[in-house]
Amino acid sequence: MTIEVKNLVKKFGSFAALDGVDLKVNDGELLALLGPSGSGKTTLLRIIAGLDWPDSGEVAFNGEDALAQGARERHVGFVFQHYALFRHMSVFENVAFGLRVQPRAVRKDDATIRARVKELLDLVQLDWLADRYPSQLSGGQRQRIALARALAIEPRILLLDEPFGALDAKVRKELRKWLRSLHHEIHVTSIFVTHDQEEALEVANRVVVMDKGRIEQIGSPDDVYETPATAFVHGFIGESIELPIQVEGGVIRLGDRPLRLVADELAPGASKLFVRRHDMLVGPPGSGAFEGAVQHVRNFGPVQRAEVALSGGETIEIDAPRDRELRAGDTISLEPRRYRIFAGT
Amino acid sequence: MSAIAARRRTLPGFGLTMGLTLTWLSVIILIPLAGLFLKSLELSPEQFWNILSSRRTLNALRVSFGLAFAAACVNLVMGSIIVWALVRYRFPGRRLFDAIVDVPFALPTAVAGVALTSLFAEKGWLGAPLAALGIKVAFTPLGIFVAMIFIGIPFVVRTVQPVLQDLDPEIEEAAGSLGASRWQTIIRVILPSLAPALLTGLALAFARAVGEYGSVIFIAGNLPNVSEIAPLLIVIRLSEFRYADATAIAVVMLIVSFVVIFAVNRLQRWAQNRVPVH
Amino acid sequence: MTMQIADSVSLSSPEAKARAHAAAARNNLRTEPKAVRIAIITLAILFLSVFVVLPLVLVFAQAFSKGILAYFDALAEPEALAAIKLTLLVAAISVVLNLVFGLVAAWAIAKFEFRGKTFLITLIDLPFSVSPVISGLVFVLLFGAQGYFGGWLRDHDIQILFAVPGIALATTFVTFPFVARALIPLMQEQGTQEEEAAISLGASGLQTFFRVTLPNIKWGVLYGVLLCNARAMGEFGAVSVVSGHIRGETNTMPLLVEILYNEYQFVAAFAIASLLAMLALITLIAKTILERHLDEGHDVNDH
Repeated sequence: MTIEVKNLVKKFGSFAALDGVDLKVNDGELLALLGPSGSGKTTLLRIIAGLDWPDSGEVAFNGEDALAQGARERHVGFVFQHYALFRHMSVFENVAFGLRVQPRAVRKDDATIRARVKELLDLVQLDWLADRYPSQLSGGQRQRIALARALAIEPRILLLDEPFGALDAKVRKELRKWLRSLHHEIHVTSIFVTHDQEEALEVANRVVVMDKGRIEQIGSPDDVYETPATAFVHGFIGESIELPIQVEGGVIRLGDRPLRLVADELAPGASKLFVRRHDMLVGPPGSGAFEGAVQHVRNFGPVQRAEVALSGGETIEIDAPRDRELRAGDTISLEPRRYRIFAGT
Repeated sequence: MSAIAARRRTLPGFGLTMGLTLTWLSVIILIPLAGLFLKSLELSPEQFWNILSSRRTLNALRVSFGLAFAAACVNLVMGSIIVWALVRYRFPGRRLFDAIVDVPFALPTAVAGVALTSLFAEKGWLGAPLAALGIKVAFTPLGIFVAMIFIGIPFVVRTVQPVLQDLDPEIEEAAGSLGASRWQTIIRVILPSLAPALLTGLALAFARAVGEYGSVIFIAGNLPNVSEIAPLLIVIRLSEFRYADATAIAVVMLIVSFVVIFAVNRLQRWAQNRVPVH
Repeated sequence: MTMQIADSVSLSSPEAKARAHAAAARNNLRTEPKAVRIAIITLAILFLSVFVVLPLVLVFAQAFSKGILAYFDALAEPEALAAIKLTLLVAAISVVLNLVFGLVAAWAIAKFEFRGKTFLITLIDLPFSVSPVISGLVFVLLFGAQGYFGGWLRDHDIQILFAVPGIALATTFVTFPFVARALIPLMQEQGTQEEEAAISLGASGLQTFFRVTLPNIKWGVLYGVLLCNARAMGEFGAVSVVSGHIRGETNTMPLLVEILYNEYQFVAAFAIASLLAMLALITLIAKTILERHLDEGHDVNDH
């Protein structure tokens, strides 16, 4: 099943949750919607599910107008952020719900339903919890039951809203791997929403980065990390150093200091320079693009994090390997191994 | 595209349930109340004024509003004491007394009326000792006051209790650690936090007492100009087929109730905006 | 100054130290001196005993003052039986009407966002703040002989006032908010997630309501019905205005209490009153139990 979203706009009062979003989701892929809270990612997911309605725009499943159908007809499996398990039903009845409410004409007989639920509980490896109630489950178990329930209706698309958001760090990591392998097994077109970059990069085939109701970049996890398309993406993903610079007649300046960096093909004017923390190489004074004095050093396992006051006036944090110990007071030179410059402030 | 124009809601049934709600609300509540106001419009302002300014009406309104306010004030003080005891202290029978607070809510007013009357009558359990002291309660304005206190108790207690329960203990500890005496902490820290709830309780107790009928008329004595409450005067005017008089008094009482509801709503909003969310 | 010196000196002896620690513990930041505590508790208990417990005890004492036989004789009077029957009928009518309304209104108000919601809730609350006498009066003005519909009703020979329909209407007016007000905050707190999940799993609106919503609010429904019923059976002022006090026909139990009391038939009056008091006590006990259930039923999906 492919999903195509065209020029979607949704406003809540004067706040634009979605401000003209276009997106194509391929059959069978596992897509992450990544962005800070308020970026519109959950709204997009809910509109695809039929739980919200856009002010304008189109949503098509396999080329068919999905907005002509309500949530009930779309046949979309939705896993809610807080799971939304039916608290008065056992785990078994929760998973069976979608099968039991089918119109009489297509509804399976009880034995078939039981077998199917059993199968799904096996799939999420929780068959031994069938008779429990949601309040008796741990967060991770609830999450998997919610997923089994959504899968019970054999959805054309699987949508997950912050699937690991409410779990603690350890369970979260386990479930990520599990979700990946599950997707590999069932191969249904899936979209999940997250604000956690690690989660998006680790689990998804493709990542959609959103901010302020717009899509900033669509690409593979490597693409968005290695070649961020916009200043926002660079700042949001990975730990970046962000420096305000001036491009002027082929020269890049930080404050009043010219930097020894190539400025070819850059538009003149105020710009932003982005470097990953670990892409700043430390060298003896005079050897790199930046000069600075080490203010403060802390060690984190294999790396040392140093606060460096650049002679252009900015203070930055870099991550350097510990083969050469830095000390407060050292004067050093820094050379960015890789960097990107985006026009504008 | 056409589907978007309908601005669909996810859950079904909004139109149907909202339509039924508004219809039923109109039939049972709004149309009857509108009828009352419509009826009062049939009176000229002069007639309206004459009815209200007659000595008996004025006295009835004075008795109802005056005693209701006095009773609400007693409830404010005693209610605060009861809430403090129930929330802050542990004593045998605490849960029982907590439940007992609701009795005036649940006990039918006529039952409360006859019980209070017998209790405070000259030969009653409390009436006899009070009579020996020269205090006559039943069949005097004092009786009305007692009945109004009875029905108002739960209002103050039940509005203030949850607020005191949810009050963050840390603010008291902070005040104490900053050197405030216990009394200063109560007056400067706790009381201001409870103020909206206290005022709401006062307003609710007042509104209930003003309109109260069943528990008051038995003990009141119902002497015109002395111990006759406004609701009773409405009933008397109705039985005399003086509908205009009944309507005029009712309209005045309704307007006061609406003002009180409005004030309570405002108080609630004020309280919500003021109290930090934890 | 002298006090402080005396304190620091006496700290050297062990018993004085213990005393000082005890005093410090007593000065705990969140409580009052013992004398104040006892005074407050005593005042609270005394007040509640005089104003609430005594009247309640008196009802039963008076009802049984001439013995248990007189009590049951009074309740077996045809007039008493007619009043009990009418009270049950009227309560059943208004509870059913308000239950249906409460469910419908709570669905519309709690599950959807729309402008004027607070105002609508205020309108539903109105009967709480209207004097019972006025609640009766409005129906007299509508359906009485001189009322807006009085002539039409007379021409078509329909009796509303001084008959069961009038009593049921006035009672429904007075008890209007109970079920809706019990359900709205509960359903708002539960949110719409479970309903959205049900719809996305293919359930219809009615399936969603009966299989998901209703089981979640069942204790709230019971709570609202309980309070609605207690008020319906005990309503006096409104019913008094519309009933006409026709003996054996339009007297509910509270009205009969009034009549018997005014005729100095105290045992009979308090016998009926004791039934109503019993209803109140049972209501309170059931309410306490239900409140416990409601507290337990907080959203598991929220954690």
